[in-house]
Amino acid sequence: MSGVAAIRLEGATASRGGRPVWSGVDLSIGAGEFVAVLGPNGAGKSTLLDVVLGLLPLSAGRAEVLGASPGTATARRLGYLPQRRGFDAGTRVRGRDVVRLGLDGSRWGVPLPGRFSAASRRAAERVEKMIELVGAGAYASRPIGALSGGEQQRLLIAQALVRRPQMLLLDEPLDSLDLSNQGAVAALVQRICESEGVTVLLVAHDVNPILGYLDRVVYFAGGRGLAGAPRDVVSGPVLSDLYGVPIEVLETSDGRLVVVGTPEPPAHHHDLHDHAH
Amino acid sequence: MRIELAGLSWDLVSDFEQLTTYPFMVQALEAGAIVAVMAGAIGWFMVLRRQTFAGHTLSVIAFPGAAGATLAGLPIALGYFGACGLGALALSLFGRGGREDGIAGESATIGTIQAFGLGLGFLFVVLYGGQLVGLESLLFGTFLGITAGQVQTLFWIAVAVLAVLAVIGRPLLFASVDPGVARAAGVPTRLLDLGFLLLLGAAVAATAQITGALLVFALLVTPPATAQQITARPGPGLALSVGLALAVTWLGLAVAYFSPYPVGFWVTSISFGLYVAVRAARHLYDTRGAGPALETA
Repeated sequence: MSGVAAIRLEGATASRGGRPVWSGVDLSIGAGEFVAVLGPNGAGKSTLLDVVLGLLPLSAGRAEVLGASPGTATARRLGYLPQRRGFDAGTRVRGRDVVRLGLDGSRWGVPLPGRFSAASRRAAERVEKMIELVGAGAYASRPIGALSGGEQQRLLIAQALVRRPQMLLLDEPLDSLDLSNQGAVAALVQRICESEGVTVLLVAHDVNPILGYLDRVVYFAGGRGLAGAPRDVVSGPVLSDLYGVPIEVLETSDGRLVVVGTPEPPAHHHDLHDHAH
Repeated sequence: MRIELAGLSWDLVSDFEQLTTYPFMVQALEAGAIVAVMAGAIGWFMVLRRQTFAGHTLSVIAFPGAAGATLAGLPIALGYFGACGLGALALSLFGRGGREDGIAGESATIGTIQAFGLGLGFLFVVLYGGQLVGLESLLFGTFLGITAGQVQTLFWIAVAVLAVLAVIGRPLLFASVDPGVARAAGVPTRLLDLGFLLLLGAAVAATAQITGALLVFALLVTPPATAQQITARPGPGLALSVGLALAVTWLGLAVAYFSPYPVGFWVTSISFGLYVAVRAARHLYDTRGAGPALETA
């Protein structure tokens, strides 16, 4: 895959309901990079994931995912973890089974039990390996509804990884987690990014829990988007230009970035966001 | 339906011989087995998908279907299948497919459909001339009046329903547990929702003719809910659900044969007792197991 960008957008415009969410976006993300997608609510972070998944065609410009135009063929090589509120507490299916569904849950027909089929045994081994990779071995046999948000998130990452995808798309995986779990999951994602050689696109609200792990940041605001190294993009001048109002980025003594002066997103942005999902 | 011969002894073999002396009883045991296997399997998915209320509505809708068919002079089976099929279609269209207001909005829609169905059923019964002879059997079934032909029809319907369920089972499980990811993986979740409700409708329509519109529900919900309390593994859970449904149905039939009380009462009471016992055991197990589990979490 070397030499081919994981994602390339040229003059890209994405629209929902006839209205552009963002336009004129150029970016290129290399294979194996850990990339955060940042920006205010309704700026089009999830829209980027829909474009990459091939669910939303661009209204102008060109998109390329894993060297081809996005569609069902490329989507098969992606692992996707949608934004969610977590499983209902009454869901009585084991975490291990949820991971397994990621591997062959879309196939029709009844699987043979592992002791009768080599393919089934290999599938079970793959599931166990992914559960080990995310460190979920201790609780993978408990019902998924009974697990904490962080435990569910680890199993869902295992589920997204189980088909050996070349790219992981994670939509706000840290949102429902407490601070220590946010850091732990971010570290886990970076470790996977390196050991498995997958490109990771992670949509986040707050850059700080993941700042230390990132290769690159894509920032959407004011109908535009740009990509670059984290500290180059999350900086006063760049964000001021993007938002169109003066913005300061302060750095605390422990290296956290604080963005000051972002305008509240206008009401229609919220509407747009709600309709989009 | 009291039988002179019926008398319970401590000799299980002679009890079993008594139980199978009469053809009507053999047919009831056969029909009960078919209904239990079908309801146990379909119900397991229904409980997992949290579509219990939809299942209840389909059972209730079977009643106006049958009453309407009687009034129009059509075969009752046509009424059952027509009403449950239309009901499944309506539930899929106006139920959860693609809606964003979640379970609350869905249950209000389903409740509205159910109330309307009940109203229609009442109208049909009144129009029929107030002769309510058939009403009790529409609601509570004719378990002991089943013909060999009915058993055969029921068997083939069950085979068809279970065959379709076996083919769509895995994607259906995926779509039930994790609809967002399933959709992204190419699983046609809306189509599966409709397909499952149609299977549920067919199972209810076939079952309602034997157990009555109200007791279908007992077999669709209680054994699967009990099984899911016992195990969170999909394969064994399904098998257990079917096994429990079969056990409570046969036990209910057997106990009813030797007692003055109706089959429906025994089937529901035995399954209810089992459910309560399992919930209680689970509660004890969870509260005892919570100590060490909390420390490691």
